[in-house]
Amino acid sequence: MNVTVTINGAERSADVEPRVLLADFIRSDLGLTGTHIGCDTTSCGVCTVLVDGTPIKSCTMFAVQANGRSITTVEGLKQNGDLSAMQQAFHEQHGLQCGFCTPAMMLVGTAFLEENPNPTEDEIRWAISGNLCRCTGYVNIVKSIQAAAQATTEGANA
Amino acid sequence: MTTTAEPHTPPEIGGIGHSRKRVEDARFIQGRGNYVDDVNLPGMLYMAIHRSPLAHAKILSIDTSAAEAVEGVIAVVTGELLAGYNLAWMPTLSGDTQAVLATDKVRFQGQEIAAVIATDKYIAEDAATLIDVEYEDLEPIVNPQRSLEADAPLIRDDKEDQETNQCYEWESGDKAATDAAFAAADKVVSLETHYPRSHPAPLETCGIVADVNPATGEATLYMTSQAPHAHRTVFALVAGLPEQNIRIISPDIGGGFVNKVPVYPGYVVATAASLVIGAPIKWIETRTENLISTGFARDYYMKGELAVSNDGKIEALRVEMLSDQGAFYSDAQPTKFRAGLFHIVTGSYDYQYAYVTTRGAYTNKATGGVAYRCSFRVTEASYMIERLVQNAAYEIGMDPADFRAKNFIQPDQFPYETPTGFVYDSGDYEAALNEAKRIVGYDDIQAEKEAARKEGKLVGVGIASFTEVVGAGHGEDYDILGLKMFDSAELRVHPTGKAILKLGVKSQGQGHETTFAQIVAEELGLPADDIKVVEGDTDNTPYGLGTYASRSTPVAGAATAVVARKLRDKAKTIATHLLEASEEDLEWETGKFFVKGDPESSVTIQDIAFAAYTNPAPGTEAGLEGVHYYDPPNMTYPFGTYIVVVDVDAGTGQWKVRRMVAVDDCGVRINPMVVDGQIHGGLAEGYAMSSMQHITFDEAGNNLGSNFMDYLVPTAWETPRFELGETVTPSPHHPIGAKGIGESATVGSPAAYVNAVVDALEHLGVRNIDMPVSGDRVWAAMEEASG
Repeated sequence: MNVTVTINGAERSADVEPRVLLADFIRSDLGLTGTHIGCDTTSCGVCTVLVDGTPIKSCTMFAVQANGRSITTVEGLKQNGDLSAMQQAFHEQHGLQCGFCTPAMMLVGTAFLEENPNPTEDEIRWAISGNLCRCTGYVNIVKSIQAAAQATTEGANA
Repeated sequence: MTTTAEPHTPPEIGGIGHSRKRVEDARFIQGRGNYVDDVNLPGMLYMAIHRSPLAHAKILSIDTSAAEAVEGVIAVVTGELLAGYNLAWMPTLSGDTQAVLATDKVRFQGQEIAAVIATDKYIAEDAATLIDVEYEDLEPIVNPQRSLEADAPLIRDDKEDQETNQCYEWESGDKAATDAAFAAADKVVSLETHYPRSHPAPLETCGIVADVNPATGEATLYMTSQAPHAHRTVFALVAGLPEQNIRIISPDIGGGFVNKVPVYPGYVVATAASLVIGAPIKWIETRTENLISTGFARDYYMKGELAVSNDGKIEALRVEMLSDQGAFYSDAQPTKFRAGLFHIVTGSYDYQYAYVTTRGAYTNKATGGVAYRCSFRVTEASYMIERLVQNAAYEIGMDPADFRAKNFIQPDQFPYETPTGFVYDSGDYEAALNEAKRIVGYDDIQAEKEAARKEGKLVGVGIASFTEVVGAGHGEDYDILGLKMFDSAELRVHPTGKAILKLGVKSQGQGHETTFAQIVAEELGLPADDIKVVEGDTDNTPYGLGTYASRSTPVAGAATAVVARKLRDKAKTIATHLLEASEEDLEWETGKFFVKGDPESSVTIQDIAFAAYTNPAPGTEAGLEGVHYYDPPNMTYPFGTYIVVVDVDAGTGQWKVRRMVAVDDCGVRINPMVVDGQIHGGLAEGYAMSSMQHITFDEAGNNLGSNFMDYLVPTAWETPRFELGETVTPSPHHPIGAKGIGESATVGSPAAYVNAVVDALEHLGVRNIDMPVSGDRVWAAMEEASG
């Protein structure tokens, strides 16, 4: 079947079997390997992408279901060639170690701050509780999202 | 208390002590990491493995015809086929053997039986399910106690000299003297507990892209490998390939925690298939495959006893340990220490006598014994002594912190030889304890606990004052399959003063590209930003034993400092030429040599580097490059005190961490930000094992934790908040005084969490709850205690 999506702002098409998972479609057919696969059961969240702005675990969605929709992956986070506030915050706050969960964490964090620009620590922890990390104990991931929230708010007020 | 010294170098140099931001981040935050599954080669085929549904059964027949008939299937590989190449079995890093693809019988659920090679991963997985195996059931052995009974069926009947299911037996210490000390003791405190089976479960599963060039015979293997050089040697031995034709590339690794130290059958089958078929082959585990077939950790049944005087002095320790090793013993294991470094079980305390026995038993489970985020078996040992000490304090009627302080090895006793033969390098245990007490407000929290009890509320305070042993290790005592556990660093300073550092270790998130450059910056005065760090390519890095057991900083970090000093020595020779001064007249300060008494007369390290290629001193060898293989004189012994405060619900047994204070002493901290990150991760994994993370098996040997819905890994929501503190006691034998930090928190924290829950119920007489300390277990302990 032909699947056409807008991914990180660009329209892309490929012919895939109906059973092909969105994660495989993004990684193999579209060649964007920043989206990872960690569990196949919607548990770990490392495959999370934004579909029409909403975080979706792409290992549990078929590529055909994304037909005609707009997808954002980690490769699309940069804005005007610069790191986004979220990317910058993960770097500044040491929000990543092995980097495997990082693209998904940043995407979830980005979508969450759209909804809730001034979250509490508990709200951040709840928001990322669908995404596992084995390296950081979540401490600096939470700090990164807090720092991104602050940077975004300050940027908007400036 | 000692604290981290100010850095010796300015921020623009970024030497030791700077919280330098990580250079590896740039690719990860932009989706440009390169993990094994991101490697795609032209003409690449995909492999899927057919695994045993049974834990113990004889294989009667294997029918691959239906799988072979699927369109897109190129080949089906069986053990029988591999046996033709003498590859049906392979040696393990602990000197055991392991089936690559089962030929005679299956020995655990999930064991590899056959592999399908196809043009597409979906087709490969489809076809793998069509392989039909006929079995004859055998009794599954699912615990080590049954395994060692005389009438238990022999699991390893493949091994000629194996007459029982015992995998190893080992002892340490003086039995007679220890028994005598126990016979004369005022009090004997004992604890029987089980450290449950756990799985490291890094978020990236294991995998390989095997690319054997049919024209040249050269094998390029992109592997999830924490120890690429050792793996290359194993591949040479297993496959009979000439070692110079094997290149192992370990690209970015999505977490390791020792899961990626053993050599797994999938790697070998993919390589053999690539060799035969002449095309690159990718094999990436599913999560279920990772959780059912790759190296497990822990699963120790332990009985410990402390002999204690009435006034609270520890006099002797006796420990018996029985471990469930699974069907094959496959972890990287020092030859001399069959049970790992369990003899760190004597802990942070000063007493004369100890006797430890350990036995390992084969069972019908996947390979066991990997040292999940710890040096070989140190986590279990540390847990035992810290739980015992807490219980001993209750029996004596002393405050658990005071009891520890009374028994600590004192700073002036180092180097300290333990009753089991380790020589601790340095420590100031009371300083770490006092700092943790200060941060948590110890006296206040104890008073609050007493007050809460009067109101029927349960508050617990748990302590662990652990000592770890890391940095394996001096070649005299530590080797893996005969390979001495040195590590290496090669440093090349280019003509423009920029440098490349190549290491035999391999980061899996620890940030080596950032921190090892800081060591060079410290020693040579080159800005850390000018130093590129390369690892994980056996063709382009010096030989090393890899990254696990917190050994990178103690061993490769030392090699880095030493090679940088070698280059500084050579730089000095060149400086004498450039400044027309004698060596005695030159002094070094960060980044330059100058003539004593004439600081204007100086030459920078960059000038010297340029001269090394353009104007070397007459008679000196050109270039500014070197390599060093570092054989550490001893292990390093990081330590710390963790204090946990919990609130336990008296009605349900649910418990919640209110405070987690962790004071670590890992010697000199190269990058405090990275050190804190390592501690955070370890504290979370310690909490995971204490509270939820374990894998059980039913009586038939079915794995009951085969996915992340059954094997519970904590999310941000459950994971407690952490408060960190530090003391700094440098290692006297390490070139920069560092000790290693990757695993202290996993080693030290489980006892602190469990001690806290037990402490909340201590007044009820509760002395043990086995991990994972789930609410229902706490509730049951309360019910039992109240009769």
